[in-house]
Amino acid sequence: MSHEEHAAGGAHVMSPKVLLGIWGALIFLTALTVWSAQHDLGRIDLVVAMGIATIKASLVALYFMHLRYDKGFHGVVIIGALVFVFLFVSMVLLDRNQYQADIDARTIELEAR
Amino acid sequence: MTIANQVAAPPHVEEHAAPRAPFIAEHFEGAEHQFESGKLGMWIFLVTEILFFSGMFCAYAVYRSQHPEIFSYASQFLDSTMGGINTVVLICSSLTAAWSVRCAQLGQRKGLILTLALTILGAFGFLGIKYVEYSHKFHDGLLPGKYYHVQSEAVADVGLDASIPAATEGESHEAAPEPAHDSGHAPVEGPEPANVKIFFGIYFAMTGVHGLHVIIGIGVYVWLLVRAIKGHFRPDYYGPVDFTALYWHLVDLIWIFLFPLLYLIH
Repeated sequence: MSHEEHAAGGAHVMSPKVLLGIWGALIFLTALTVWSAQHDLGRIDLVVAMGIATIKASLVALYFMHLRYDKGFHGVVIIGALVFVFLFVSMVLLDRNQYQADIDARTIELEAR
Repeated sequence: MTIANQVAAPPHVEEHAAPRAPFIAEHFEGAEHQFESGKLGMWIFLVTEILFFSGMFCAYAVYRSQHPEIFSYASQFLDSTMGGINTVVLICSSLTAAWSVRCAQLGQRKGLILTLALTILGAFGFLGIKYVEYSHKFHDGLLPGKYYHVQSEAVADVGLDASIPAATEGESHEAAPEPAHDSGHAPVEGPEPANVKIFFGIYFAMTGVHGLHVIIGIGVYVWLLVRAIKGHFRPDYYGPVDFTALYWHLVDLIWIFLFPLLYLIH
């Protein structure tokens, strides 16, 4: 990227080299996640799969979605949303056993019929 | 240009007001203002999309943490080859979408038409593969809730023991012969866990809503293609191409998470 092209208004233009490079990385990471799923990684397999997916998502967001070259505020907006997603999912997961006793009782009741 | 200037020197107004570019709405100061406003609006829309999908990811997380056995059992019925091909198709479609923004920024009309058409092609490819997958699931009775009635051939196909009846049928668990081990991947041993239908509820809800987004994306891209052929887009007016590409990348992002979460459970 020796000469960066710019559109009218100073918007950043992605070079073909970067676009193809990111595409290649995404294809490679897809192959990697399929390959890793064929091996028993025990308890870390979900962490590995989500880690690869997060790297892929970051590449798409930073380059295909121009976030790296975009106004910082758009990054704040999207990271703010992800913070709320994290809070939402983690709070619900903390509470997930709350009604398990009721569910078990109901299951036993139904099976007894 | 203040109001005082306009009032004081009316003849200068004509000089200051450059001929307005087409498609720039009156209430914007100019092309850049319109573009930045549209882009912020698109990002905020994407935030609502992320929060909307997070509800389904949350349901997934709760059910999987409570019943991991359902997920590892039922995931074997999903075709990870087709899922993988679809991931690649969507990534290629994302590449052409990103490239269409480049073409629009640089005023390359032919390139823009080509990349938009390729993006639409990728979207149709994705839906075509999804259709084949869905018809297999319908045929095998791998459906959500009360519609779940797994066929024994489907169980045998993934290397599981077909002689074990589905738990929902409530038949006796007689002494079952050894499960077949001839298929490529290691099957889950033992009988089917209860409530496998929950997995297919989550599978159809998540991939279905994602597929709906792909269909909407096709509609928007066809509109863009028509406008590109008419020559509407130019380096100082390409907002719709840019914003639609952002939406398309988000649809790709969601699939990037759905693929390992649904298809690649060990």
